[in-house]
Amino acid sequence: MNYFTLAYRNLRKKGLRSYLTLLGICIGILAVVSLITLGSGLKIAVGSQFGVSSTELISVEASGGLLGPPGSDVVNPLTKNDLEEIKKLSSVKGAIGRKIETGKLEFNNKVVFGYASNIPDGEDRKFIYEQLEAKPLAGRLLKDGEIGKVFLGYNFYADKVGLGKIIIPGNKVKIQDKEFEVVGILEKKGSFIFDNLVYMNEKDLQDLFNYEDSLDYIDVLPTDKENIEKTKEDIEKLLRRLRDVDIGSEDFKVSTPEASLKQVNSILNAIQIFVIIIASISIFVGAIGIINTMGTSVLERKKEIGIMKAIGAKNSQIFMQFFIESGFLGLIGGGIGVILGIILGYFGILGINNFIGSDIQPQINFFLIFFSLVGSFTIGALAGILPAMKAAKQNPVEALRG
Amino acid sequence: MEKKKVIDYKKVIIHLHDVTKHYPMGDNIVKAVDGISLDIQRGDFVAVMGPSGSGKSTAMNLIGSLDMPTHGHIFLDGEDISLLDESELAQIRGENVGFIFQQFNLIPTLTVKENVVLPMTLQGLFEEEREEKADKILQRLGLYDRKDHYPNQISGGEQQRVAIARALANDPEVILADEPTGNLDTKTGLKVMDFLTELNKEGRTIVLVTHSPELAKMYAHTVYWLKDGKIEKITKERKKR
Repeated sequence: MNYFTLAYRNLRKKGLRSYLTLLGICIGILAVVSLITLGSGLKIAVGSQFGVSSTELISVEASGGLLGPPGSDVVNPLTKNDLEEIKKLSSVKGAIGRKIETGKLEFNNKVVFGYASNIPDGEDRKFIYEQLEAKPLAGRLLKDGEIGKVFLGYNFYADKVGLGKIIIPGNKVKIQDKEFEVVGILEKKGSFIFDNLVYMNEKDLQDLFNYEDSLDYIDVLPTDKENIEKTKEDIEKLLRRLRDVDIGSEDFKVSTPEASLKQVNSILNAIQIFVIIIASISIFVGAIGIINTMGTSVLERKKEIGIMKAIGAKNSQIFMQFFIESGFLGLIGGGIGVILGIILGYFGILGINNFIGSDIQPQINFFLIFFSLVGSFTIGALAGILPAMKAAKQNPVEALRG
Repeated sequence: MEKKKVIDYKKVIIHLHDVTKHYPMGDNIVKAVDGISLDIQRGDFVAVMGPSGSGKSTAMNLIGSLDMPTHGHIFLDGEDISLLDESELAQIRGENVGFIFQQFNLIPTLTVKENVVLPMTLQGLFEEEREEKADKILQRLGLYDRKDHYPNQISGGEQQRVAIARALANDPEVILADEPTGNLDTKTGLKVMDFLTELNKEGRTIVLVTHSPELAKMYAHTVYWLKDGKIEKITKERKKR
């Protein structure tokens, strides 16, 4: 038997009232744990939405449009000419023009609306497959000049697009009322853009949507990826000249993946700071609650303190008993918080996965759990210092009277 | 310096020298104990007698080093405990004095055995030794089969026996019993008193605080009669038991 047994016995006896004061610590730890569990998942999720899994590509798009797929609905779209000029830059190793159109797809007597993207011929096709890390899950990818054929993102195969039936290679689908043969399904990308896309030859897409030589965005691979900023500046200089605009009034945007990720991360960090502030306030309130509970406990157990002193307990021993008990009170609150936080984070990630069709695995961070538990014990114990001192200072004769 | 009588600490375990204890009560000062001097011999069975308000409980607290005198000196085993700080006092209490209370005063969240082990834990004994001693004491008091019960699961008589067992845990020389039979029926009370007599025969010093002259006369060898915080008389009882 030791302080821990005594603490355990006393905690078991405590009423609901005492445990309600743990809500603060519980919520604080819950917020931190669920945030961190969710946050790491969110970062992966957001990162994966940049789609082309490569972090080396510079993305160029025209700006000034309404919300929608990248580069759509802008006043002055990018053109094939822009693409050809970019390709000529010495700091550019390769570039491809991308077009994404909104249209309807018919299958199994159902119609869904979605996005279709262009697959160019020749070297550009190889380049695009490389950058997409495109591998067929079933069937095959498109070859050069294949008209009337498409391959689809993973979600068509997983029946996640609302057609009520999975599509397999060999099936025929109607896109914008024209029949296409499905030759293959792409492996799962974990991105709601790429997993829902219909991929077809550039000529087919152009025929269906009649967009002439405009492009939605251009992916650029720099010659020297260490020098990605220089490539970016070269493109900006070139486009300013081609499109006749001044510095500061560009109607296009050149973004490196790092810059985009940085932007997303700074938003995530702001959210994290906000949640941590909330968590700190809850934990502070929780600590006050523990001070209050333990203070009441000292009054309630005055007689017990007197007995302990009569049978030889030193002040330091009384102090330790209340100090450790208070620590355990914090630990219980923190423990419940950790469990609920992990559950919340887990369901949060399931929600994200469902919502954007990603495939993030919830990660249980054992260091985080350990740190949260040690932290909540410490907070509890620190909150218990004053009440424990009060307990230790009781006069034995008065305390025995109860 | 006033003339000082020489005390033989081989014979005297507790010596009170002109001890007073004053409590503030509102604007007044209550003289609970007002100039008591006494010697308690080793191995004696002492009763502190008096009506309520006579200061006998305060006297017991002082004798048991639970309370500090306002004036005067208290010597336990030759050491002036009025000079000690609280921790040293607790140490001395835990080692030398066993308390038995009218209300039993067991810790309700601990089992019978844990209550007995507690004083040894506070003295820093090792677990093996604590367990062994507790089992032995519980066996002696016929409580071994009750050792895993909680205080509210056993009778009053049993609770008081647990309190005795706890008082014996650190093998103290002095046992202080404050109205130990006050909450027990006559038969159970006599059993407790018989057990205190047995402990006395082993050589332990017993200090019994009671308001019952019959009990005092029947069991004690020396009776201090207290009135208004002073010793009214001291009687020696001779028993043929």
